[in-house]
Amino acid sequence: MDSIKVVLAGQPNVGKSMLINAMSGSNALKVGNFSGVTVEKTEVCFEHHCHMLEMVDLPGTYSIRGFSQEEKVAHTYLLNEEYDVIINVLDSTHLQRNLLLTLELLKLNKKMVLALNMADEAKKEKLEIDVAQIEAITGIPTVLVSANSQEGVETLLERVHEVADAPQRINSNILYSNPVEEEILEIVNFLDAKGFKLRDLTSREIAIRLLFEDKDFYKELHEHPIMLELQPRIVASLEHIYTHHDTKNINDIKANEYIAIARGIRMETVKCKRNKGQKNSTQKIDAVLINKIFGIPIFLFLMWGLFQLTFKVGAIPMEYIDAGIGYFGDAVGGLIPNDEFRSLIVDGIIAGVGAVLLFLPNIIILYIGIALLETTGYMSRVAFLLDGFFHKFGLHGKSFIPLVTGFGCSVPAYMAARTLKSEKDRLITLFIIGFMSCGARLPIYVLFTGVFFGQEQAGSILFIIYIAGAMLGLVMAKLLRVVVFKGEDEPFVMEMPKYRMPSFALIWHTVKNQALGYLKKAGTFILLASMLIWFASAYPKQPLLAEHYAQKIEKVSDKELKLSLENELKLKTLEASYLGQIGKASEPFFAPLGFDWKMTVALEAGLAAKEVVVSTLGVLYAIGDDVDENSNSLAQQLKENVSFASAMAFIVFVMIYLPCLAASMVFAKEAGGYKYLAYLFIFTTVTAWVLSFVTYRILL
Amino acid sequence: MRLSELEKGDRATILKIETDASLKERLVSFGVARGSELTIEACSLGKQTIEIMVDDTLIGLRGEEASKIEVEKI
Repeated sequence: MDSIKVVLAGQPNVGKSMLINAMSGSNALKVGNFSGVTVEKTEVCFEHHCHMLEMVDLPGTYSIRGFSQEEKVAHTYLLNEEYDVIINVLDSTHLQRNLLLTLELLKLNKKMVLALNMADEAKKEKLEIDVAQIEAITGIPTVLVSANSQEGVETLLERVHEVADAPQRINSNILYSNPVEEEILEIVNFLDAKGFKLRDLTSREIAIRLLFEDKDFYKELHEHPIMLELQPRIVASLEHIYTHHDTKNINDIKANEYIAIARGIRMETVKCKRNKGQKNSTQKIDAVLINKIFGIPIFLFLMWGLFQLTFKVGAIPMEYIDAGIGYFGDAVGGLIPNDEFRSLIVDGIIAGVGAVLLFLPNIIILYIGIALLETTGYMSRVAFLLDGFFHKFGLHGKSFIPLVTGFGCSVPAYMAARTLKSEKDRLITLFIIGFMSCGARLPIYVLFTGVFFGQEQAGSILFIIYIAGAMLGLVMAKLLRVVVFKGEDEPFVMEMPKYRMPSFALIWHTVKNQALGYLKKAGTFILLASMLIWFASAYPKQPLLAEHYAQKIEKVSDKELKLSLENELKLKTLEASYLGQIGKASEPFFAPLGFDWKMTVALEAGLAAKEVVVSTLGVLYAIGDDVDENSNSLAQQLKENVSFASAMAFIVFVMIYLPCLAASMVFAKEAGGYKYLAYLFIFTTVTAWVLSFVTYRILL
Repeated sequence: MRLSELEKGDRATILKIETDASLKERLVSFGVARGSELTIEACSLGKQTIEIMVDDTLIGLRGEEASKIEVEKI
């Protein structure tokens, strides 16, 4: 079976990922409505008409001449990789701007198909697009499609086959302004007279490259003797063009020419039946959402609502899950006769993994909220609203996107920081993403706020925790900006995408993938960690200690005294275990913060994954009890064993210290080396320790 | 007149863009170049950011960048 390699290129927000989904029928890619969801190129394979279609989804770029890192990814790929066809995806409702990229892509001399996406939206906006005319002007097969309604998707695939099979691409009929065309003709005539040929380029294509001072092309032509004769002709031609354009900057001239062409194509091919001057719905919504006065309060209210929802609605299924896990543990425990094995299964695995599963509802709600922000286009507005504020802290409005993603998970957040062009802005953003508490830290907060504040206040306290973390992040950003990363700021120029109704399917798939990822972590990583922690807490066995206490217990007859002795034994055994030894060894370091060794161990285990903190506490506090049924719950145990001040200091420490192992690895990769990870470790640990200490001392 | 001096609802034509080459290129890829017509759609508090509409596309700009764009009101 032959395979066709197809590259999808297009500006951000034109629905490339969604189009791939529509074509392949699978929903493997994440789709979102803000610049830069596809940060790395993504590949999808599927079969169509007995050909294997290999689709590569490049990050959306406004241009392919490298402004941000994503544009570099796209540019390098388009220039250097082997592929058969480019599908240039355009937003039918913004043809003029999208065509600018098409003009750049045309210069690559590759086989291409234009996919005018969002045909359904164009129809709604009463735009009539003359596809045949676009095809005639550009010379590129053009298809009107809608990834949303599947319209035209099959035709698009067929055109890709046709183009891939065609022996040659068709030349375009794009015309520049008169003075430029005159000079092109002049040079073409000269080239033809000399019979000069280069690669598969036509004389016209050579002339255009010469006039627009294409650097790579000059390098290539440098060796040819014809340059000697060409040079004076080009100089004369440029002089002529300069006078017409009233500038000597060839880039400006090229830009003006391209915009004029794009405008010309749009005017010739798109008829707008909408009354001029009539505001579209996006403008109407913007009038409210980015209103000078109401914009920021609306944003804060939406965020507050999201956190309330996360906690209040999330609490309902949590009760059932909690009861279910307890019941399941008892049922399974009853089936296992062997003491050791039962302890491993019930106290180790079920307690550990169960503690993580408990928080699935909270996490799903939070992810739905973030996905809604992304897909509706509100995220870009928030960047617009907050840039003034962020800028004061040495951050960029665009930093908001990675930062808010950080509330979900730090891993995609670190990757989303690539949309920032300036290296310094990017590094500062990377360093403070950890201050945005990720979804995995949520269980810890939920647990502690639930225990120490009660259900009623927990939602508000949770909101305060998140906001405090974010504020601290901003202060740290300013500090980094002033002390470490000094220098020029990146300009703020970004598209405000149209508001779109969130598609249910889209949100479903995004949230499903993230929830599955969380569960997968619970099933593998956390399962292993739970077993390891159980082992470390149960071994080495203390036969001498056990015997000593057994004798003591036998001697006393008072029931209560017996019980307290039993608990003392359990605690002593735990303290002597491997886990206890590790905790004890590092206890002095955490003692000033009011943490006992159990909390210390939980924090250290949290370096692997934040979910493990709760499960570790679950394992550690599940051991020393059998007083009555209620005390079985971790919450009860914490209330009895941990002081308010220590608990708050613990929350502060969790808020700030290093993110999980997976996130740390991604951080090192994105920041450009492990040395940055070392900096991050020192930076976060010191900050966490100092602030925890302050919290503890104040509340004590 | 500078783009940053315009008020909400104003329409203008761009005369000159005085930024460095890479920002100019970014602006061009949005369709913002000499001769483009724009309207001011919204401003944030203190004109820290300005939303403009060019060729049916909404673009957010920082006031600082807007002050580097020379326009003529229409």
